[in-house]
Amino acid sequence: MNNLAIQKSSVSPIQRLIPTAQKAYVALMMDTIARALISASQVDGELKDEVSGFPDNFILQMIVLPKGSSFTLQVQADKTLKRLDNFTGKPDLSVKFKHLTHAFLVFSFQESTSRAFANDRMIADGEVSYAIRLVRCLNKLESLILPKLVAELAVKRYPTSLALGEKVTKATQIYANVVSSYVDLIPKAAHRLNNHLNTSRLNKTGKGN
Amino acid sequence: MSANQPKSYYEFFCPVKVIAGHMALEHIPFELAALGAKRPMIITDKGVRSNNLLVPLEATFTDTDSQIAVIFDEVPPDSSLQTVRAAAKLYRDNNCDAIIAVGGGSVIDTSKGVNILVSEGGDDLMKYSGAHNLPKPLKPFFVVPTTAGTGSEVTMVAVIADPEKNIKMPFTSYHLMPNAAVLDPRMTQTLPPHITAMTAMDALTHAVEAYTCLGHNPISDAYATAAIKKISANLIFVLDNPKDANGRLELAQASTMAGIAFSNSMVGLVHSIGHATGAVAHVPHGLAMSLYLPYVLEYNLDTNGDRTADLLLYLAGADVYAATPAAKRAQKAIEHIRGMRDTLYERTKLPRTLQETGKVEKSQLAEIAQKALDDGSIIYNPKEASLADIKAILEKAWA
Repeated sequence: MNNLAIQKSSVSPIQRLIPTAQKAYVALMMDTIARALISASQVDGELKDEVSGFPDNFILQMIVLPKGSSFTLQVQADKTLKRLDNFTGKPDLSVKFKHLTHAFLVFSFQESTSRAFANDRMIADGEVSYAIRLVRCLNKLESLILPKLVAELAVKRYPTSLALGEKVTKATQIYANVVSSYVDLIPKAAHRLNNHLNTSRLNKTGKGN
Repeated sequence: MSANQPKSYYEFFCPVKVIAGHMALEHIPFELAALGAKRPMIITDKGVRSNNLLVPLEATFTDTDSQIAVIFDEVPPDSSLQTVRAAAKLYRDNNCDAIIAVGGGSVIDTSKGVNILVSEGGDDLMKYSGAHNLPKPLKPFFVVPTTAGTGSEVTMVAVIADPEKNIKMPFTSYHLMPNAAVLDPRMTQTLPPHITAMTAMDALTHAVEAYTCLGHNPISDAYATAAIKKISANLIFVLDNPKDANGRLELAQASTMAGIAFSNSMVGLVHSIGHATGAVAHVPHGLAMSLYLPYVLEYNLDTNGDRTADLLLYLAGADVYAATPAAKRAQKAIEHIRGMRDTLYERTKLPRTLQETGKVEKSQLAEIAQKALDDGSIIYNPKEASLADIKAILEKAWA
C-alpha cells in the first residue's frame, strides 16, 4: 500500500492531464481525418482512384486499442466513402493503434504512418494490400491538407508533382467540406441538448419519476 | 562505419529454439519428449520423400519412446486450404500429438495451418486469419528446412490459399512460431546448384533488406550482418563443394539468421516487386530476389546510402572495406552483389535479367508494377516508390 501511495503521489497533476489531453486530441483528429477523407475522395482525382481500388461495401476502420477513438468508413457503389457511426461488426480492414500514445505520435505528425508500422505501433487486421492502399490515401490527404513543412514529417516523400496552387485549391475545398459537416451537426447537437435540459427539468420537478 | 541514429523504438521476438549442426536430427525425439509429445506427424512433399530426405529422420526414432505416427507427403508447391484440412484429418485419425514439417516454404505454411486446426478444433481456418487471432499456444511444432532460403522456420506468418473462394488467407500470430528449427546439413546436401544459388540469394535479400529498410533495429542488424557474411563467404564454396557439410550448415544457419532478422524488421521493395513477379509470371521467389536486389539498393541509395555502405564490410571483408573510400562504399557493395549474381550465372546459369528467365513478357511489366505497389512490404522500404519508380526498376532489370 505504501509503495502504491508513493507511486501515486509521484505523478504530477500535469502528467495526469497528458493522457486526457492526448485522448481528446486523437479523438478530434480521427474525426477530422475521417471527414477529410470522405471529402478528399471527391475532390482529388488521385485519391478517388485509390478509393476505387477498394471493393464495393468494403468497410475500413482505424481504432485505438482497446476501445478508444475510432472511425469506420464504408466504400459505396459509386466509390465514395460513407461514415458508419456506432459500427460494432467486424470490418474488412482494421488498422489498430496498440496504445493511445502511438496514435498521438502519428496524428501529431511526430511519426509517419510508415514509420509507425515499422516501429510496431500499429496492427493491420485484414488484407494487407488494402492496408497499403489506405496508407497511400492517408499520405495523399496529409500532403494536400497540411502545410508542406508538416506534411514532410508525416509522409515518406512529399509529392513533387503537387503544385502550390493545386494544393491550396483542394485543401480549401476539403476544409470547407469538413467545416460544413461539423456545421450540419449543430441542429442535432441543439436537439440533444434541448432533450437533455427537458429531462433534467422534469426530474427536478419530480414529474419524471 | 556510419554513425547511424539510435533506433527510437523497436521490438524483437524470437522464441524458436535453434537446433543446429551435425546429427541435429537425432535431437528431435528428446526435444519432443521434453514438450510431452510422442506421436509426431510428419508433413512434407513428394520431392522430399523421393529424395530420401526422410530416411535419416525416420531412423532417429529407432529405439526411442516416440514414434512417427503418420507421414503426410502431399503438400503441393502452393499451399491450399484443402491440403491443410486433409492433413489435419490424418493427424486426428492417427492420434498425433505434434507436427514436424520437413520441407520449404509451402510445407511449412501448410503445417502452420494444420497446427491451427488440430489445436483449435474444427475445419474453419478462416476464423483465425488476420493479425493475432489465435488465443492460445498450439501443439508442439518443429521445422526441418530442406532449403536454405525462406527463413519460414522462424517466422510468425503463414499464407494459405482458398482456391474455391480465390483468396489467400494471411495468418500472423506469435503462436504460429515453431517450438524448434532443426538445421541439419544432411537435409540440404542434395540441393541442385541452381536451387542452392536461388535460395541463398533469397536469404541474402532477407538479410540485406532487414538491414537497410525502415524496421531495422540493433538486434536484427546483428543477425542480418552475420547472415550476409556467412552467405558471402560460403555460397560459391558450396557450389564448388556441394557435399561439404560445414559449408551447407553455414548456409542453413545464415538462412535462419536472415529469417530471424527479417521477421523482426520486415523487408522492402525487392520483396514487393518479387512477390508481384511471382504472382504475375511465376518467377521463383529466390530468382526474383537475385534479379531485383542491386537495382532496388541503387534506387534507395539517396535515402539510406549509409546503411548500404555498411554492407560492404560483410559482403567483401575488412580489407576491401578499409581500402574503399567511405563515399564509394555503398556503390561498391552494390557492385559486389552484381558480381555475385554474375558468378552464379557462370556456375549455375541462374538468370541475370528478367529476359533471361524466359518466364516474363515485357508486356507484363506494367501489371507487375501495379501489383508491387499494393504489396505489404512496400511500406517498410526506406524510400517511397511510385508506380513510375517501380516501372523504371523493372525496365533496368529487364535486360
